[in-house]
Amino acid sequence: MTTLKATAPPVGPDPSAAFADATASESALRRFLHGLPGVDQVGAEQRAAALGTRSIKTTAKAFALDLAIRMVDLTTLEGMDTHGKVKALCAKAMHPDPTDPGCPSTAAVCVYPDMVATAKKALGSSEVHVAAVATAFPSGRAALDIKLADTADAVEAGADEIDMVIDRGAFLSGRYLEVFEEILAVRAACARPDGGHAHLKVIFETGELQTYDNVRRASWLAMMAGAHFIKTSTGKVQPAATLPVTMIMLEAVRDFREATGQMVGVKPAGGIRHSKDAIKYLVTVNEIAGEDWLDPDWFRFGASTLLNDLLMQRSRMRTGHYSGPDYVTLD
Amino acid sequence: MSARLDVKKTYKLYIDGEFPRSESGRSYVVADAKGGFLANASQASRKDARDAVRAARSAFGGWSGRTAYNRGQVVYRIAEVLESRRDQFEAELRSSEGVTPAKARTFVDAAIDRLVWYAGWADKIAQVVGGANPVAGPYFNHSAPEPSGVIAIIAPAGPLLGLVSVVAPVIACGNTCVVIASEPHPLTAITLAEVMATSDLPGGVVNVLTGSVAEIAPWLASHSDVNGIDLTGVNDPDLGRTLEEAAAENLKRVRRPGLEDLLATPALDRMTKFLETKTVWHPMGL
Amino acid sequence: MPNNSAQFEYAPAPESPAIVDIKPSYGLFIDGEFVDGHGKSFKTISPSTEEVLAEVAEANDADVDLAVKAARRAYTRVWSKMSGAERGKYLFRIARIIQERAREFAVLESIDNGKPIKETRDVDIPLVAAHFFYYGGWADKLEYALPGNGNRGADPQPLGVAGQVIPWNFPLLMLAWKIAPALACGNTVVLKPAETTPLTALLFAEVCQQADLPPGVVNIITGAGETGRAIVAHPGVDKVAFTGSTDVGRAIAKAVAGTNKRVTLELGGKAANIVFDDAPLDQAIEGIVNGIFFNQGHVCCAGSRLLVQESVADEVIAKLKRRMKTLRVGDPLDKNTDIGAINSAEQLAKIRELSDIGEAEGAGRWSPACDLPQTGFWFPPTIFTGVSQAHRIAREEIFGPVLSILTFRTPKEAVEKANNTPFGLSAGIWTDKGSRILWMASQLRAGVVWSNTFNRFDPASPFGGYKESGYGREGGRHGLEAYLR
Repeated sequence: MTTLKATAPPVGPDPSAAFADATASESALRRFLHGLPGVDQVGAEQRAAALGTRSIKTTAKAFALDLAIRMVDLTTLEGMDTHGKVKALCAKAMHPDPTDPGCPSTAAVCVYPDMVATAKKALGSSEVHVAAVATAFPSGRAALDIKLADTADAVEAGADEIDMVIDRGAFLSGRYLEVFEEILAVRAACARPDGGHAHLKVIFETGELQTYDNVRRASWLAMMAGAHFIKTSTGKVQPAATLPVTMIMLEAVRDFREATGQMVGVKPAGGIRHSKDAIKYLVTVNEIAGEDWLDPDWFRFGASTLLNDLLMQRSRMRTGHYSGPDYVTLD
Repeated sequence: MSARLDVKKTYKLYIDGEFPRSESGRSYVVADAKGGFLANASQASRKDARDAVRAARSAFGGWSGRTAYNRGQVVYRIAEVLESRRDQFEAELRSSEGVTPAKARTFVDAAIDRLVWYAGWADKIAQVVGGANPVAGPYFNHSAPEPSGVIAIIAPAGPLLGLVSVVAPVIACGNTCVVIASEPHPLTAITLAEVMATSDLPGGVVNVLTGSVAEIAPWLASHSDVNGIDLTGVNDPDLGRTLEEAAAENLKRVRRPGLEDLLATPALDRMTKFLETKTVWHPMGL
Repeated sequence: MPNNSAQFEYAPAPESPAIVDIKPSYGLFIDGEFVDGHGKSFKTISPSTEEVLAEVAEANDADVDLAVKAARRAYTRVWSKMSGAERGKYLFRIARIIQERAREFAVLESIDNGKPIKETRDVDIPLVAAHFFYYGGWADKLEYALPGNGNRGADPQPLGVAGQVIPWNFPLLMLAWKIAPALACGNTVVLKPAETTPLTALLFAEVCQQADLPPGVVNIITGAGETGRAIVAHPGVDKVAFTGSTDVGRAIAKAVAGTNKRVTLELGGKAANIVFDDAPLDQAIEGIVNGIFFNQGHVCCAGSRLLVQESVADEVIAKLKRRMKTLRVGDPLDKNTDIGAINSAEQLAKIRELSDIGEAEGAGRWSPACDLPQTGFWFPPTIFTGVSQAHRIAREEIFGPVLSILTFRTPKEAVEKANNTPFGLSAGIWTDKGSRILWMASQLRAGVVWSNTFNRFDPASPFGGYKESGYGREGGRHGLEAYLR
């Protein structure tokens, strides 16, 4: 087993210093994480369901649809991905609705590391970021040095954001410190030679963590290790993102800011296909974490098919009639 | 040779496990079946009633907190001790009520058996009247009976079986009580109190007052620290109505006047009247 | 840090009132028909706009007599003779019609009561239908209703005519709680809705007609306190069921003294909602909010006293305040409204008075900033900190969106404070420790104990109080006991 040494992160405040006591040992970290308030599943799901009943109409809906488009990490993570596919995805990300110049671009495209260079080139000087999944995505089952190399490779190729997966096996067997130190190490690997660094999103694969207590603990663990974003899922495991899981993570970032003054972003990924669902997430962001998080810098949707549904709804709002799949681009 | 002089018994009240005289110092004459002098009984006052309620209230937490099994054992123990003193009760019934020896035996038998019957109910009533509620949601939900608290009882005539029939269901379920014994026939009630005092029954669970129902009952009916009132032994409808009205002030559970056939197997209503249903919800989740 | 420019302002999302057809005036529903009353009439208004909705008959003694006689006739000639299975089918039919007309009922309830459409749509009306379904199924199984009781399970009998008086806080739901078990058991009813909220009961009368319920089985007569008194006092009434204030409950208990009338009372409360330091805090906050702000706090089992362990008091209060800032107060018909209008000017005055007393007694008063409409009856969600058991706002039922916050140090202290009230309707416990939940639940003198949840209702779950919160249970098998002998 590799013993990790925490390296100073490239930039930005390092929250791990504020939690030096809590992360001093395996037992201290366990005590801290298990000392977080529990989550009652039934109550949490009821709260999320209630937020889902908010009725978002007219101007609020128009605002939400545009915001949701700006928050999309347009994703392709398939074995059959090709450079051509990625280029097409980038074109779509920059101009989701070619017929409407007023339509915003998405936040990022999300690809495997070997596609980063292609994406970077295709996106050129646009503001769309390139996010790369790394660390032996999606299972995370590889030696640490391979995960770090995977990360460094993507960063070197120009990735603006790294979406890493945690070692769920280590987490579920209670080796929290190992998970913590791995995040620190990946964060260090996000450094670029020019002194900048890629933003780090930490994927929990909440479908494998199974309980909301685990989601809350993983959230704090990742935030203490300096994650810039916490992300629900790889999209490869069911269930992927759910509204209650996302709500628990939003509570965590809210409480973390309360405790440290630092904001951390949240990214639900996988399974969000309809505008109506996306709007429920935005309502949840608004009412749980607060309006400060209603920004692509602090909330993202990891999705592929969602974008077209957002576009069709947007067209419906604009034209007054329903659109159809033939009127949005399929790439 | 001169005849030996009898040692006559002084009948006192039974409050908080003790046998005090009435604080008022009063007593009244209890006649035998033929109208002759039988004994003096204490004539309880409102202050005795107040003390009895206080005793019943302080005994309630401990008694209701015991396991139902244990309460059943204690009530059964009363039956055992009563059985061992049955000759005395038969004699008292004959002298005070003038019943035949056979009838006295029947009443004593029935009283003992009634105690055994209720002793057995102590740890079964919750299963019969409580249960799981299949609510439409992810919740564990169940209802169980709990004792109402301090119960005032106006005991019916039939000094042994009547008294046992109204007291046993109340205490088997975990309530404590203040009983006003049958006014004309209070002596057996006090003898029964002596049985209870020697039967592992904690002091204060049953408190027995003797005296005037019309004088004492209104104080119990209007007492804010009494949770229920059993008017079984009230014969005067006007008094019954007045007591029920007074009991309404703090929403006491009221059993209205009237007596069932005491020799028949009872229904559950003497227990359920003074039981509250508590329903507890808890979510079921990971 | 954040650079959001626009706020996510929810645009108005009003439910259309067009679905309801409110008539200018309503008579009494007696013997299957709407008839003119012999007394005066009164106006029912929308508490959110103060607009007059309709003119409603005020039943006088003669009307009450007619209704009781109609109920008696229906009882002797039809309803008590009908098989349980057939009675049950009427209840199922009513349940289905309510589901079909759910939107109409939800809108009308919201308009007449002032409560948010979100609640009438998601809570009140679905529970109403569920109650009729639940008790419909009991009607032909009554031999299992009273284990060992009375006739020892053999052949329980209905009581006769039930006189039922219900409050304004859950108008149609309380009607369902009363009528469904009464009818299932073979009784007929005379029901009086509250004077401020008669409209859904009158719409229910139409449902009875639509269901072809035999005339006289259900009679709905409107009126105020005098009408209620007349029902309770009527010698033809065999059973009185009341939900409302403890003071009126007391008066009813006195009125039936010395009679053979059976009575059940579901009265006031001052429930403790107890939060331990190991509670699932985010859900506890929801439970606190739901406990006191659900239905504007017009809930007899509201968690109106928050008992929070001292070690987490500051954290809980901070979280609660933050949560309260997201509560949306306003138009009851807006689907995003969390807190609607106070039901009446009279109730608003009472809430204001007690809140002012709380302030005068030195408790710290706080409400989030919220724009209240100019017309109608409104009160912002309010908390009082630093409250002690000696304060009036910790003892008296405010029946509004006003929470009194007290602290405790140990479980025993929590139990003592929770039980230190003449009421005993409900209680809440929030802790992650299972054995403590069960211990607390056993110690609390209250008829309903919600642990790690609050304000949950179900037709299968018995509901009712200890002590001055009344007696008898509604819901579940226990709910049948009030209507059988």
